[in-house]
Amino acid sequence: MPPIAVAEKKTNGGNGKAKLLSKKTLTAQQKEAIKQLGRDKLIGMFRAMNLIRSFERRCEQMYQQRKIGGFLHLYMGQEALAGGMLSAIHSDDYVTTSYRDHGIALALGISPNVLMAELFGKVTGVSRGKGGSMHFFSKEYNLLGGHGIVGGQIPIGLGAAFRAKYLGTDQVSLIFLGDGAVNQGSFHECLNMASIWKLPAIFIIENNQYGMGTSVRRSTSVQDMTLKAQGYGMEGITVDGMNLLDCYMVVRDAVKTRRKRPSPLLVEAKTYRYRGHSISDPGTYRAKEEIENYHKVDPILQVRRLLQELDWLDDESAKALEKEVRKEVDDAVTFAEESPLPDPSERERHVYAP
Amino acid sequence: MDSQTITYREALNQAMSEEMERDETVFLIGEEVGEYNGAYKVSQGLLERFGPMRVVDTPISENGFTGLAVGAAMVGLRPVVEFMSFNFSLVAFDQIFSNAAKTYYMSGGQFPIPMVMRGPGGPAAQVGAQHSNCLDHCFANSPGLKLVMPSTARDAKGLLKSAIRDNSPVIFIENEMLYGISGDMPKGEFLIPLGEAEVRVSGKDVTIVASSRMAHMVLSGLPEFEKEGISVELVDPRTIKPLDMETISRSVRKTHRAVIVEEGHPFAGIGAEYSHQIYSACFDDLDAPIARVTQADNPLPYSKLLEAASLPSLEAVVRAAKGVLYRD
Repeated sequence: MPPIAVAEKKTNGGNGKAKLLSKKTLTAQQKEAIKQLGRDKLIGMFRAMNLIRSFERRCEQMYQQRKIGGFLHLYMGQEALAGGMLSAIHSDDYVTTSYRDHGIALALGISPNVLMAELFGKVTGVSRGKGGSMHFFSKEYNLLGGHGIVGGQIPIGLGAAFRAKYLGTDQVSLIFLGDGAVNQGSFHECLNMASIWKLPAIFIIENNQYGMGTSVRRSTSVQDMTLKAQGYGMEGITVDGMNLLDCYMVVRDAVKTRRKRPSPLLVEAKTYRYRGHSISDPGTYRAKEEIENYHKVDPILQVRRLLQELDWLDDESAKALEKEVRKEVDDAVTFAEESPLPDPSERERHVYAP
Repeated sequence: MDSQTITYREALNQAMSEEMERDETVFLIGEEVGEYNGAYKVSQGLLERFGPMRVVDTPISENGFTGLAVGAAMVGLRPVVEFMSFNFSLVAFDQIFSNAAKTYYMSGGQFPIPMVMRGPGGPAAQVGAQHSNCLDHCFANSPGLKLVMPSTARDAKGLLKSAIRDNSPVIFIENEMLYGISGDMPKGEFLIPLGEAEVRVSGKDVTIVASSRMAHMVLSGLPEFEKEGISVELVDPRTIKPLDMETISRSVRKTHRAVIVEEGHPFAGIGAEYSHQIYSACFDDLDAPIARVTQADNPLPYSKLLEAASLPSLEAVVRAAKGVLYRD
């Protein structure tokens, strides 16, 4: 019997050579998107990406100081996805995601105060300190979690899409999942149901190339994940997940037609996580060169450069923005520190709904 | 109020139909619930009446459609999930345990999950081990879930209506062998609240706690008990969780003896919990150790003889009753 092939540690290729955002090489569609967004909105998106990065860096520190416990799955490297895609939806649309949920929650506009407080286990947290890092929920922002079992969130998001069809609203449901989740049954069951019932569900695979320590090459039979859409009779689109504009456009275009005529869509965004699977994972299964290559196409740096080329941001205002973001994160830490711990009676609340 | 005599199956059908009429957010989803009118005909006529958006035929994807229902419940709908058999709910355990049961809590009370998961459970007749699971003890062990097991047609209707109106996820385990039994009940609207046990038979010598088909087995054996000169009090919990310990304790304090009959296996079975709670609440009132009558600790075999030898029997219950009375 031949041995099972074990992939060598090497770069997954592609993104190291990806076309960077630059004024000189913008496509017509990207130019049009920039025009449509305008300076303020694009800077707002850039700011959101910075906030995610800055927030998570503080999370790492706070974890080391043992202010945060349990699991901590960081989003760093994937900011273009949350920053771009969530700028293209309405506030009453639904969003569901996995345990790597910090970036999604921040990009939705949820205050870093209540997110940091959640991580600190405080009653002021977005889930009253009962969820933690993996379980951010917000009724106000239609964030349906924050789910800890790989693929377990996919049917939840589909339920929200079902409601839109059931009540005849024009809402869409964005369902984020990792590359690991495409090998779970729930993914396939839900693509099939979304397709037969024509539900307004946008499935977004955040393909950061690794399901924990197992590379997609070792875990998944077909590398082009949009091919899976064909098997369910739906459209599939691949997008550069390090590119803010492309991430924005893919969802903008997807929802435009689907609000009136619901149908599902599978998006594969090729991206990368800078950190390990979780805080306890040093990520030694990845080549140093691979990680460095992705840093060269860092999604935040790309947008910063573009904004400077457009003369919409100079060094000074960029620094001011970064400072402002850091202050916001500092304030979140202060808020979390100063927030009260839950009253012991909180333990038995919310088991059953009245 | 006028009364009617209908089957357990018709009672469930009426409950769903009335609740769907009353509240347009209520919908039924599951395998064969629509065009086929339900594998056991519980949803007979509902598709015709309410249309395919509210009576949803699914592919064979229990985990997927159960999770879809959880998501729909999070955003304001009231799904009723039909499992063709609770054996198939095993495929959906992730959605039931990780999402339905925990989301209200984990979200700090932001997202209640008003949904019902219903269908037949427990052994039927010679359907083999994979189709004969008793899963009540599993569901009862998860905080966040409620658990109902109706034994009569009247309870089936009144409890299902309450379950649909409840704001927490309710596991509602019916019994295939009971679908055809008839019972009297008021015509039209009535509710039976969750969490209330029923004393089906009053007696003074021994309390027997039994649900669903096991309650019927005890009822069918009343002449036996009479012949033995044993006055039995039969308590049917109806709702397993939350459990009405007050009614059970009141009975045990009166009879000083308890026999628990459960259709599932003995180890960590639901009767182990009942017995612990009875010991905790009534230790000083008991005149004998509690007896449990359970299914044997082996997968349920197909062969009729072996199946019967594995399941709880009336003889075993009579024996247990005599045992707690020190009459064997």
